[in-house]
Amino acid sequence: MAVVETRSLTKVFKEGELGAVNSVNLETREGEFLVFLGPSGSGKTTLLRMIAGLETPTSGEILIGGRVVNELSPRDRRIAMVFQSYALYPHLSVYKNIAFPLKAQKVKKDLHKQKVEWAASLLGIGALLDRKPRELSGGERQRVALARAIVREPAVFLLDEPLSNLDAKLRASAREELERFHRRVGTTTIYVTHDQVEAMAMGDRVLVLNKGVVHQLGTPTEVYDNPADTFVATFLGSPPMNLAELSDVIVGFRPEHFRPVSSVNGEAVAFRFKVENIEYLGSEWIVSGTPASGKLGGQKVFSRLNSAQDLSLGGTYDFAVPQRELKFFDRSTEKRVEPKVVSWQ
Amino acid sequence: MRLSRRIWGKVVHVLVITVFTVLLAFPFYWMVITSFKQNVDLYTMENNPFVFNAKPTLDHLKFLFTETRFVRWLANTTFVGIVVVAITLVLAVPAAYSLARLSGRWGERLGIAIFLTYLVPQTLLFIPLSRVVAYLGLQDSLWALILVYPSFTVPFSIWLLMGFFKSIPKELEDAAMVDGLTRFGAFAKMVIPISTSGILTVVIFTFTLVTQEFVYALTFISSESNQMIGTGIPIFLVRGDVYYWGALMAACLIASLPIAFLYNLFLDRFIAGFTVGAVK
Amino acid sequence: MAIGRAKIKSVGAAQSPLLGAAMFTPAVLYILLLVAGPFFLAIFYAFSDARIGNTEMHYVGLENFRSILKSPSFRIAIRNSFIFTICSQIVVIVGANILAIALEKTFRGRGFIRFLILLPWVAPIALGAIGWKWILDSIYSVISWVLVALHFYKPFNAPMWLGEPHLAIASVLLVHSWRLMPFSTVILLAGRTAIPKDIPEAAAVDGAGFWRTQFQIIIPMMRPILSVAVLFGLIFTFTDMTVVYILTAGGPFDSTQTLPSLAFAMGIQGSDLAAGAAISLFLVPLLIIIAYFMLRVAHRAEVN
Repeated sequence: MAVVETRSLTKVFKEGELGAVNSVNLETREGEFLVFLGPSGSGKTTLLRMIAGLETPTSGEILIGGRVVNELSPRDRRIAMVFQSYALYPHLSVYKNIAFPLKAQKVKKDLHKQKVEWAASLLGIGALLDRKPRELSGGERQRVALARAIVREPAVFLLDEPLSNLDAKLRASAREELERFHRRVGTTTIYVTHDQVEAMAMGDRVLVLNKGVVHQLGTPTEVYDNPADTFVATFLGSPPMNLAELSDVIVGFRPEHFRPVSSVNGEAVAFRFKVENIEYLGSEWIVSGTPASGKLGGQKVFSRLNSAQDLSLGGTYDFAVPQRELKFFDRSTEKRVEPKVVSWQ
Repeated sequence: MRLSRRIWGKVVHVLVITVFTVLLAFPFYWMVITSFKQNVDLYTMENNPFVFNAKPTLDHLKFLFTETRFVRWLANTTFVGIVVVAITLVLAVPAAYSLARLSGRWGERLGIAIFLTYLVPQTLLFIPLSRVVAYLGLQDSLWALILVYPSFTVPFSIWLLMGFFKSIPKELEDAAMVDGLTRFGAFAKMVIPISTSGILTVVIFTFTLVTQEFVYALTFISSESNQMIGTGIPIFLVRGDVYYWGALMAACLIASLPIAFLYNLFLDRFIAGFTVGAVK
Repeated sequence: MAIGRAKIKSVGAAQSPLLGAAMFTPAVLYILLLVAGPFFLAIFYAFSDARIGNTEMHYVGLENFRSILKSPSFRIAIRNSFIFTICSQIVVIVGANILAIALEKTFRGRGFIRFLILLPWVAPIALGAIGWKWILDSIYSVISWVLVALHFYKPFNAPMWLGEPHLAIASVLLVHSWRLMPFSTVILLAGRTAIPKDIPEAAAVDGAGFWRTQFQIIIPMMRPILSVAVLFGLIFTFTDMTVVYILTAGGPFDSTQTLPSLAFAMGIQGSDLAAGAAISLFLVPLLIIIAYFMLRVAHRAEVN
């Protein structure tokens, strides 16, 4: 029995409003860290809010612990949620913030102190209990929000872009902390983000959404290496997968597989490549340019290299892609298809 | 979330809105009904007052516009309103700008001090001011009102405009000055034109304050032809102990609605002025 | 070179205290002359025997205050001022909170409903009060008609709303509350809409129902804005004389007199400027207290 399950879950918005969700079927696995990944307006937050009970579905069913919860209010769903802004109650101390769900769920009074202290120690904020939210740093706020979520021991955690308010430096350590937290409590967690790095790093599985439609659900390696369609192929990876339309198929290959011919072994597709731009990013180089002699319709392609010191701007070089790294997509449906033989003109 | 609860919530919501709307708007509804009722209808106790027992009539309106000085009072009010608006703008716009920009922290303090003077009520000042007005020979003159009304329109206008000017990015004026305007030139040619909506708010606000004022008008003005609407209607539409309720209600309605309508359009800005940064 | 010059000019222009002073001095002078001036004149009159029509004036010490404090109408007036102010504030704050919650949701026709609800505040109060005077008329009151129709009273036997002291006090109270309710409602509504939507949603997920969310989260968070609404409400009611003047002119038998209306009755109608000034000075202590709290709210808002 899945902790969270959705059946043809749909949310229709008025015209012009973003975030609609179109017939999503989903089943979480016990204790997993599931990430909803998509650009803004893809419906990932709407999906999460419907599971939380903050948004009423237009049609479809939501099940939590095997029970249909469509008609239940958020408080009756055994969920906990961490909001993008953390939504700490500004007039209450950290202690009272964490104790609020206990009070609201009418947990016996004499248990409050013990439970709050347990949650606080789990997140290492025992020393902050008397502070007000405005006296806390961004990272501390996140921990308080997590403590408030864990304190009533929910069946599932819902996290809505909790890292997006932190500055870049803090984000990495906060991410690590979240992962550690999840490993320790082992509660099924759904995490919404538009950041592919977060999704790849944290997710046991990733659900890629766009315009309210599920494009793929799989482990990070599956969605990256075997994208289900061109959207997933280009949304993940930076720079994205190179795509080229060839007669009735679209052929894609990742920039890291497009390299000088000398470093490619086995069966490969080779073409001449005119370098038009070189970016040095420290640990790697991003080289872009166009294939010579009109191959790939003269489209711009990217290459990601460990070193590009022997390349120069404006030069033309022999590059190649291993045959096995080519992905094929149907030209009309844009869905992944079996590899086929194509003519590279 | 459960269905019955949701329906209950809706019912309560509609009920609350209806009850409050009826309570708050009832006097104005009553003005409308009364304005068009014949006297025989109004002054027969057995009649159901909620319906027209006799044919609706325009007699009260005719009476109001032909037999009373109502039109004159409207004109007086408009005249005083316009002059006070002009004085208020001349005094408040530069003051607000200079307090918002030029004087830093000290300017903020002075701004709050000016705002506090808005809280000094007419009922504290009307007695000494009546003497001042008499001393200046302005008794029973609209100029007395024109002289004193800015004392409460200017403070609030400064306060409103300060908030408005602060929201204009300083870089805009810096750019204008870099491009060759003087400090005052930047104010006159850059800030004023982009502040039209703030200035319009002040115009409307000042005008409505003038029409709503009662104490000074009651104290300084005595003759019937110099009244403002706020005092003329309640005092001079009553002859001795006889009330012309039909005409009175018609007058109230005609005078209230345009003011209410204007005020309503600019409400959000007035509220921003009142909330003194207590809302973030 | 060009950049350097521009910079110098900008800095020089930004710091022009003379221009700044020239821009705010006229307004400050005007206000000083017409607010501070009369205020001190009022204090001065309160210690004199100034009368309308008499240009001579003498210092009489505390004589005015002594005779005022002895007068029964003054005691009634000061009592009424507090009753009207405090009771109407209670009614207004309770009502305005309920109404603000109801208006927070969007629904069809909300703009029009808001216009209707605001009428008592935005229409001139003198005119609104006449509307009430007609509704509360001694013979043709619509309220009396309804009560008679419902058989609470026999015909011609309904109470005189403005003619009996207790009912008159209740009527004035009613009109004050009616007048202020819209003002407080829109202020509270502004406070509510300023609270991020996340907060009530977090409370819902945390298991709080409607009442707990309102009383433990939303209303405590609105404390600054609530105090703004209350402080303005107190001032507006405490210093108002229009409602009383129009509804009852202080009657019957001075039973609805307030400090401002009594000051007008004595100072202007009774020509005793000195007594009127002395009475109106009793408004000052409360005004100072309110101003103090208002500054505190403003200061807090600045700190947070």
